[in-house]
Amino acid sequence: MSELRDLYQEVILDHNKRPRNFGALEPADRRAIGHNPLCGDKLTVYVRLDGTRVADVRFEGQGCAISKASASMMTEMVKGLSRDDIAALFESFHHLVTAPDAGDEGDHLGKLTVFAGVREYPTRVKCATLSWHTLRAALEDEAPQPVTTE
Amino acid sequence: MNAINSTVRLQFDVDRLRAEFPILRQQIHGRPLVYLDNANTTQKPRAVLEALNHYYLESNANIHRANHLLSERATQAYEGAREKVRRFINARDVEEVIFTRGCTEAINLVAQSFARPRLREDDEILLTHLEHHSNIVPWQIVCEATGARLRVAPISDRGELDLEQLVALMQERTRLVAIAHVSNALGTVLPVGEIVREAHARGIPVLVDGAQAAPHLPVDVQALDCDFYAFSGHKLYGPTGVGALYGKRALLDAMPPYQGGGSMIASVSFEKTTYNTVPYRFEAGTPNIAGVVGFGAAVDFLISCDLDAVRVHEHELLGRATQQLAEIPDLRIIGEAHEKCGVVSFVYDDVHPHDVGTVLDQEGVAVRAGQHCAQPVMDRYGVPATVRASFALYNTAEDVDALVRAVWRVRDLFGA
Ligand SMILES: Cc1ncc(COP(=O)(O)O)c(C=O)c1O
Repeated sequence: MSELRDLYQEVILDHNKRPRNFGALEPADRRAIGHNPLCGDKLTVYVRLDGTRVADVRFEGQGCAISKASASMMTEMVKGLSRDDIAALFESFHHLVTAPDAGDEGDHLGKLTVFAGVREYPTRVKCATLSWHTLRAALEDEAPQPVTTE
Repeated sequence: MNAINSTVRLQFDVDRLRAEFPILRQQIHGRPLVYLDNANTTQKPRAVLEALNHYYLESNANIHRANHLLSERATQAYEGAREKVRRFINARDVEEVIFTRGCTEAINLVAQSFARPRLREDDEILLTHLEHHSNIVPWQIVCEATGARLRVAPISDRGELDLEQLVALMQERTRLVAIAHVSNALGTVLPVGEIVREAHARGIPVLVDGAQAAPHLPVDVQALDCDFYAFSGHKLYGPTGVGALYGKRALLDAMPPYQGGGSMIASVSFEKTTYNTVPYRFEAGTPNIAGVVGFGAAVDFLISCDLDAVRVHEHELLGRATQQLAEIPDLRIIGEAHEKCGVVSFVYDDVHPHDVGTVLDQEGVAVRAGQHCAQPVMDRYGVPATVRASFALYNTAEDVDALVRAVWRVRDLFGA
């Protein structure tokens, strides 16, 4: 059970139960759909832009606790950031949830470090990164295709 | 083998059987492995592992192709397995058994070699709503190529098929009925014998997807009178990558080959090639010889366990699991057909099945959490996925109790 608490931190359980910035954003400048066929997770990320910065971001859809909490916390973190900032943040986050030696990105990632436990569960990495892939698709492409984690 | 044979027939001794499955002895995350993902694939008994080993150590050669002793041994082992499978499903004729890569390939073979040449625009193939993707997509592919259409018989909230509704969909343009014997997502047992009678009364042939039935129910293709029966070896204690298609001889004889290559021909010249007879016509190239030998050993193993006793045992496990899970508040069982076998699927409050799967795994309990290659079933019940526990002959009442305890843990963690 204690190992599980490392994965399912209180913050994650809380964001799962009460996701922030949940629901459609109308009107949105960008929108992308992410799909993880392994577990059926599907979410939509909406973005309103101010130049190259993300002025507002919301998401909706269904998913496991990890994917929902990750999406919820992502929306809190990226508001106001530029596309480049977000790309750098995603790279650190990806490292955090995959690399065995990760752990020194603390400052940069802020409260996203609660996802460090995911690296012990390789099958859950896709859950943690689905919303990030989807956000990236929304930012990169004016008419994004659905992204999938497969 | 014989030792098991005589003991088990006297009394179904699950401890003794478990000893035949060395993999079950291990610990997972520090807890004894409770393997309840058997509908996905089963574990392999020593007899199967030894058959594979023995084949490679003593008999390995290509089959049907060389006149040396090893090739003769390999051919005998391969054709011996065909006879074992024939006996297992009670086919009339050993030539009616075609070895494939698995149930999926068996269904694709029928789609391409039987259905496709016969289908015309607006013809229909009739399925049910509870089919596995491998009994949906091959038909969609031939429909796309021919302009034929799929018709889908509905299932009830309990996960049962309404025979009358299915029969009502058997129309003038219906060219084939393709149905599961047992649903992998819900556990529903379909009344295959009756369905075949109704279809035949209208001149419609029937393919049965037996992937989930063959490990659990006695299969007698002559009694069922189905035209095709497809199943996989790895779901009945055999190796992966091998399965079988049963087809009625007259239908198989009239079907063109599925793939071209060695062994499936009688003679080849650049002007004209004549095809080999059934079943070789459908077994192009060097097959999975060792896999087939292991499949034969698996069938022998299963028969030696006394299928009636296995059925009673597995039914008790399913009943115990269903009853105990139903006592957990906010747990919803998906699939409550009157006649079920092997599988209990459920969702737990608003906890995503994937999270349930992770908690269970941490407790040593292996289940499948997902869509079970049956997305239409998930949509039918309005769930993104389910948790599925599925049983095999080596599971015990303690395994069921461990499952239920682990689900209670989910409640502790997620505070449902
Ligand atoms: C009902 C059903 N049909 C077909 C299949 C496909 O079997 P295989 O993947 O072994 O070809 C499965 C396996 O999951 C199944 O459960």
